[in-house]
Amino acid sequence: MSTLLIAMRRDLLLAARRRGEVVIALCFFIVVITLFPLGVGPEPALLQRIAPGVIWVAALLATLLGLPRLFAADHADGTLEQMALSPRQFALLVAGKVGAHWLLCGLPLVLLAPLLGLQFGLDAGTLWTLMLALLIGTPVLSLIGAVGAALTLGLRGGGVLLALLVLPLYVPTLVFGAGAVEAKAAGLSVGPQLCLLGALLVLTAFFAPWAAKGALRIALE
Amino acid sequence: MNKSHTLCWKFASPAAFYPLAGRMTPMFAALALLLGLAGLWIGFFVAPTDAQQGEGYRIIFVHVPASWMSMVVYCAMAFWAAVGWAFNTRLSAMMASALAPTGALFAFLSLLTGSLWGKPMWGAWWVWDARLTSELILLFLYIGFIALQASIDDPRRADRAGAVLAIVGVINVPIIYFSVKWWSTLHQGASVSLTRSPSMARAMLLGMLLMALAFWMYAIAVSLARVRNLILEREAHTDWIKNALD
Repeated sequence: MSTLLIAMRRDLLLAARRRGEVVIALCFFIVVITLFPLGVGPEPALLQRIAPGVIWVAALLATLLGLPRLFAADHADGTLEQMALSPRQFALLVAGKVGAHWLLCGLPLVLLAPLLGLQFGLDAGTLWTLMLALLIGTPVLSLIGAVGAALTLGLRGGGVLLALLVLPLYVPTLVFGAGAVEAKAAGLSVGPQLCLLGALLVLTAFFAPWAAKGALRIALE
Repeated sequence: MNKSHTLCWKFASPAAFYPLAGRMTPMFAALALLLGLAGLWIGFFVAPTDAQQGEGYRIIFVHVPASWMSMVVYCAMAFWAAVGWAFNTRLSAMMASALAPTGALFAFLSLLTGSLWGKPMWGAWWVWDARLTSELILLFLYIGFIALQASIDDPRRADRAGAVLAIVGVINVPIIYFSVKWWSTLHQGASVSLTRSPSMARAMLLGMLLMALAFWMYAIAVSLARVRNLILEREAHTDWIKNALD
């Protein structure tokens, strides 16, 4: 456990010294969502209808934006190799880095989402569901993304390739996440969707750090 | 070690497999041609006209086998990639790379014939049906695998990175399928599900099975031919290649 916290603390400390990057991903999230009313028109009924999907897709893209940086700097200065060689469990160190990525990229989205939902005319109950679904779903995005980031580490055109690899794997999270919010807006029970999101979180939390570790070892050879 | 074991390990060597694949390719290609001709003959001339869809349904003889094969090939690809990663056998990883373009082709063919079929039957080129959507995502998974391997110069790293992706993908394929299926039942009020007759005429089933077998044989023949090219490319520095080509 301490291994995980060490890696997490280090990445958070590094981010605290360069605060700009966190703000950029957040601004991207807001800008993408703002573009939709400009594209489809300002009718409240339509905006209310598309809000869950738009906010979730923007969350996917904002998470994707931060992924290439997850391992790139540590790879460039050799820290990653030291981590792989250290006696501590590499998978736990990777999990710690992913945790830090979520705290910096995912959690701000969760906290900001109600404000943006309000702009789209969602009511209070739906906003809570939106927050809850994002709270469970965004760690899944970071975890799956970490595998993609590890696979594309140091490759030509890594960023675009990363999107191609990771976005198809985000489909279930998007379906259940946006589905929960839509169900709430339609007055239905949100239990099944949130449970399935939780199941995805448990599954990826268990497997993704190992897969990312394997991919990183391949990249470091 | 028993005999079949030694045989298995013997052909795990590219040098031993290369001539074997060379002998097997024409056999599977001939089988594909024969089965394909028989399947098409039954499909076009023997199978009765469908009561609801008229003659247009006959595209089923390409569409359904192509969809099956797109999934089978993905599983085969993930299997060989996993074997290659676990046992560090070069040939298994080459087999996985050789299967990917064929699988992508089948996924594309399935989407293409699906949309050609959908236009007269459903009145739309594309509907967001669960099967269509998950087939599209499967095509993206194939393209991702090919693109990842293409962007890595070192073949060993490309093999292993591809293996990780293929294994992650094969775990995700059922999850994606069920999530998309659930999503489409939630969304579509007026569902446009495939109006398939409850009991399929025997000739139709036979034609479809023959076509599926033909596609299997085609996939095997093409992958073997492609794996031979990969062997030539990667083992170009060895003596046995020079002897084999002389």
